[in-house]
Amino acid sequence: MGEMEQLRKEAESLKDQIIVARKGFADTTLQEAVAGTAVVSRVQLKTRKTLRGHLAKIYAMHWGAGLTQCVSASQDGKLIVWDTLSTNKVNAIPLKSSWVMTCAYAPSGNLVACGGLDNMCSIYNLKGKDGNVKVMRELASHTGYLSCCRFVSDSEIITSSGDCTCILWDIETGTEKTIFAGHLGDCMSLGVAPDFKSFISGACDYTAKHWDIRDGNCTHTLSGHESDVNAIGFFPNGNGILTGSDDATCKLYDLRSDQELITYQDATIMCGVTSLAPSLSGRLLLAGYDDFNVNIWDALKAERVGVLAGHDNRVSCIGVSSDGMACCTGSWDSFLKIWN
Amino acid sequence: MTIRNVHDCGQRHRPRVACLKKVEALVLEMQDPTSGVKSQTQRLVITTIPHALTGEDVVAWIAKRFNVDAAEGCAIGTMMVAFGYIYPLRDHKRLILKSDASLYRFQTPYFWPAQQWPVEDTDYAIYLAKRNIRKNGVLELHEQEQYNNLHKWLNHKWDFIVMQAKEQYRAGKERKKPDRVVFDCQERAYWVVHRPPPGSVSAMDLGLLRLIDPNQEESETSDYFRRIIIFTEQCIMRPRVKSSVSLGAIVKYITTYKLHDAFLSPVLPSNPWLTDDPAYWDLNSLTIDNPTRMRVERWTFSFGELLSDPRGRDGFRLFLKKEFSSENLAFWEACEAVKWGTASTIHEKAQQIYKTFLARGAPRWINIDGKTMEVTVRGLKHPHRYVLDAAQTHIYMLMKKDKYGRYLKSPVYMDYQRRATDPEAHNFTETQLAQNAKNRRPSLSPIILRQQEEEQQAKLEASGPVDLTQVMSKLDKRNMLKEGQK
Repeated sequence: MGEMEQLRKEAESLKDQIIVARKGFADTTLQEAVAGTAVVSRVQLKTRKTLRGHLAKIYAMHWGAGLTQCVSASQDGKLIVWDTLSTNKVNAIPLKSSWVMTCAYAPSGNLVACGGLDNMCSIYNLKGKDGNVKVMRELASHTGYLSCCRFVSDSEIITSSGDCTCILWDIETGTEKTIFAGHLGDCMSLGVAPDFKSFISGACDYTAKHWDIRDGNCTHTLSGHESDVNAIGFFPNGNGILTGSDDATCKLYDLRSDQELITYQDATIMCGVTSLAPSLSGRLLLAGYDDFNVNIWDALKAERVGVLAGHDNRVSCIGVSSDGMACCTGSWDSFLKIWN
Repeated sequence: MTIRNVHDCGQRHRPRVACLKKVEALVLEMQDPTSGVKSQTQRLVITTIPHALTGEDVVAWIAKRFNVDAAEGCAIGTMMVAFGYIYPLRDHKRLILKSDASLYRFQTPYFWPAQQWPVEDTDYAIYLAKRNIRKNGVLELHEQEQYNNLHKWLNHKWDFIVMQAKEQYRAGKERKKPDRVVFDCQERAYWVVHRPPPGSVSAMDLGLLRLIDPNQEESETSDYFRRIIIFTEQCIMRPRVKSSVSLGAIVKYITTYKLHDAFLSPVLPSNPWLTDDPAYWDLNSLTIDNPTRMRVERWTFSFGELLSDPRGRDGFRLFLKKEFSSENLAFWEACEAVKWGTASTIHEKAQQIYKTFLARGAPRWINIDGKTMEVTVRGLKHPHRYVLDAAQTHIYMLMKKDKYGRYLKSPVYMDYQRRATDPEAHNFTETQLAQNAKNRRPSLSPIILRQQEEEQQAKLEASGPVDLTQVMSKLDKRNMLKEGQK
């Protein structure tokens, strides 16, 4: 038992050392750094389009790299690719398993992926002969539900799962290239860096982890939340991480100085965050909550500058298009709305 | 044999709905006799029931407490009603807070949404049976359906359920009338929250269950500690930057991109989402000849921005050609093709790159230091996706430090700035907007856009860059001719 005690003491002392090291580099707070920046006036976004067509709760949506196309997944067992400007459905893909929890659009526009309680990630080829959309690959290896998936390119995809791991797959061969293990709770969401060299994952162990895709190592573990981290995203410059949690707060962490910079919270908001997305410049943070609203935060001043109210049930997913012109929200009331 | 039906949405794993604690704190504040919400008595024919609240009082109290406007106060109040902390006395099936004189009452803590125990179907069956005893045919349609279902699959317990229902009914009759009315209302409200009528949105709808129980403590073996120690040591040794530096970078990024953020600044000529006119996207398409001023300006923000825009790369390529160092950009683009292409073509592409850029005497030899060259050539024997990473990074930094700055001052870039289009803001009238909406066409599929881009790329390569060996051989021939003539 003596050895155990020694190890325990060593672990504790190292943890204290980290806290000291981090404090040593915290020579200023966000409040001081932005004292000179002008305040953002009230932001009012209105619903420009409502995309109707799903028959059950919408669990996920993802914008494509093109300017107006997005894909959404709903528990009625359909994956719909929308042309949001005209509200046409470009493709309506029936799924083998209706318990879908996530969907993703490849940056090239050729592929879409989805997964859920079937523990598999199914990849569909949109560029099939004579317009038929068929399953290209079924990536099965997770032992828990698929909570999120994101394409790195047309040949690689990263998935996060309820079995606490994330996996990088080679799509052509359908095999796992790297398994990223380290979380102690279900991985709920993931985000890929703008330079595609790393990714972040948020889990039910109240932490977010930053991983290097090539090495397979976890480079940062960010803690501070008091409940499950449901939503995660990179700050547009690639050095910051935004997380949203069931404890009704969002946090901004910085990777280079290894600090938690700011918490976005308000006494009137008690419902958990389900999804978040930063605007193109990073000044605005749009976060969807369980209380059917989306709150718009000023990322620098940590104040609410707007509300998007229009859904009749929980907002389950949110995304900002690649040119930053519009934001799309999907909800359990089976509608997607485009706001601008 | 016990049949354990656990439909508790992960409640057994950990406090699933983290907001309940916060709402409970708020409810306790509201119930404070001095500083809470004013209550009044409700008259119900002959009986009077105390402690009823009006909707508008609740909204006003919340608005004052949190310093928000009435609409938001109403939203917060509706959330409390949806969770079942306050229930309406009239119209009890609609769980919303109306900010008028309609009456509400606080729910007793026994009936608050619990986190310690799940809501049992057995209790629901007892409740429905009790109501059936009181007056046959009083159950609603959906309640009747549920009752029949429960009768079917709780059949093994049915005697127990009926007995409990009769007991509770008898005990209820012995209470005084006002207490009985209050208790009936409370129980009815509880079941509206936890067994909502069809078509209504339930706050207890928590979606799919979580898999892992994070409250399970991992057994603390020495291996567990060793892992923590290694991870923590690596974490400490990682280089850190002062937070003022990284905060400065974040603020700088936000300020630089502020005018390009469509949510914060207006878009020229007009936002297609607002006016249904796709002119903005046409002017900014990937294959256009004269990019807009905003786009040209973005190339000055960072080298990465320049390289990610195909037009930006075109201009840079032209500049490098004039400086006779276009092989750098060509190498960078070839490396990107290897990284993101299909796995089957990696080998072939890597060989091509070696022959064109890296081999001694190669036609487009790139200038990298000896060590990187050695590592890369060795790696090329067993090529994989990232085999050219080191060389690519070297060339990227070379271009960034040396060429990028000079490009931005070069005549090529100035030419782009001169030719940049400055679109006028549209000024549509109502009728024109309606016309635009009618003319809305579906946008081009990104697959087609990609194909167009690839076709352009292929055209460019066909009209290819000058092959130095050919030039040299031509010069040699000319010299030989001259020699021959002499």
